[in-house]
Amino acid sequence: MSEAVVRAENFRHFFGERQTLRRINLEIRRNEIFGIIGPAGSGKSTFLRALNRLNDLVPGSRTEGTLEVCGQDIYGPGTSVVELRRRLGMVFATPIPLPRSIFENVAFGARMAGVKGRARLNELVADSLRKTALWEEVMDRLDSSALKLSGGQQQRLCLARILALKPEFIMLDEPTSGLDPISTMKIEETLRQLQSEFTIILVTNNTKQAARVADRTAFFLNGEIVEVDRTEKIFSAPSDQRTNDYILGKFG
Amino acid sequence: MIAFSAVSILLIITIFIFGEGMPVMVKYGLRKFLFGLDWFPLERSYGLLPMIIGSLMVTGGALVIGVPFGLACAVVLTEFSSKRLRRFLKPIIELLAGIPSVVYGFIGVVILIPFIRDHLGGPGFSVLASSVILGIMILPTIISISIDSLEAVPRTYREGSIALGATRWQTTRMVMFPAAKSGIIASIILGMGRAIGETMAVIMVAGNAATIPRSLLDPVRTLTSNIALELGYAAGEHRQALFATGVILFVIIMILNTIANMTSRKRRP
Repeated sequence: MSEAVVRAENFRHFFGERQTLRRINLEIRRNEIFGIIGPAGSGKSTFLRALNRLNDLVPGSRTEGTLEVCGQDIYGPGTSVVELRRRLGMVFATPIPLPRSIFENVAFGARMAGVKGRARLNELVADSLRKTALWEEVMDRLDSSALKLSGGQQQRLCLARILALKPEFIMLDEPTSGLDPISTMKIEETLRQLQSEFTIILVTNNTKQAARVADRTAFFLNGEIVEVDRTEKIFSAPSDQRTNDYILGKFG
Repeated sequence: MIAFSAVSILLIITIFIFGEGMPVMVKYGLRKFLFGLDWFPLERSYGLLPMIIGSLMVTGGALVIGVPFGLACAVVLTEFSSKRLRRFLKPIIELLAGIPSVVYGFIGVVILIPFIRDHLGGPGFSVLASSVILGIMILPTIISISIDSLEAVPRTYREGSIALGATRWQTTRMVMFPAAKSGIIASIILGMGRAIGETMAVIMVAGNAATIPRSLLDPVRTLTSNIALELGYAAGEHRQALFATGVILFVIIMILNTIANMTSRKRRP
């Protein structure tokens, strides 16, 4: 078993008075695809956004307990939020390319991080686009607007944009919820290929997707973790009745 | 009916100004009006170049002062301060637009003119004084429209950029500004329209000499001041020449408004 790179201990999160995460305890291991499933409002996205501290943008957000990334308490003093967000690249539910060219979208994060020189950026962009299987489709129009790409291509572009930052983690928040089955398949394939290099955390409201790609899966309900286990176990013999009901489609 | 009456009023004004102003322009030639250096109405010399340059200098100066201040203010209020503070401050800033221009001019005469005279030299009544006063007067326009267009940028753009490890300032500069560009440009052009059309405050602080200013500390006369100062006693051809001034001002403002409309219409980048 490989080492745990994310560790939550009694982690709680609040938006103002409302508690959105209750006593989360879990470990995510290096180079695994960790699936998070659960109905809407169960706190799965909030947990993801707690990991790169994107919740900080919302006024009234606060946390208790510990949340560690590679042994470092990310809510402790001395954490560089900017650096943290570069280490945990995030892909959102709706692809949000910036209103710029394809090239600039991929180069954006790297530029912000201080990568300079046209040659290095060129190489980085090409490399990132190849890893997401987008290179062949866009190599002859890198300077056209990213907003002209199809939904699936945009989502892979957002993934490429993360890869250009050379992160340690890739976090995806329902990345295929707006995509057709073929685009979804391409994204899932890409994720499996990326697994050797990255730790991947995949939040999905499509339980079958977790069954297809995740090594281990956590089931969130009302801000709590009901169950964490190997994906086969969760989907074949869950130990909690509620998990069983959810994956059978009885609610959610 | 009411909407139509507004249009017909505009039409009547246009016909009237052009009707009064055109004959004298035709008689002496457009070139003489636009490029003539001497404005001696009593000797039938109607060169408007000093006033055109004066208007452009004062307006340009107002933008140099008002735009950086206004944009900085809009950015601080949208990106770096709480919603509550913004809700509180924005109406107050907009209130600035409601202060009569005479009051601005008065403040200029009492405070700014002596300051410039004592510390920078010259008579005090100058391009600089007019630019500063106008720069302050266009602030509310620039701030309020820029805030609106920055707020209209989808929240996802900001989140996406910040999730990529960009700092807030980088996000503002690289993502928010380009996305809000058309609104910001429109705010600048509207501010420019206000600056070029302003009369009272400028008359009070500009010094109004009908010559091309050699430095920022020299007096200046704008197109609008030219009309307001002389219309009271002008008669005959002189009066028509002032209408011709109005025609030129009218054309300049029309051009600016058309540009403003065009830029704010193409919203999508």
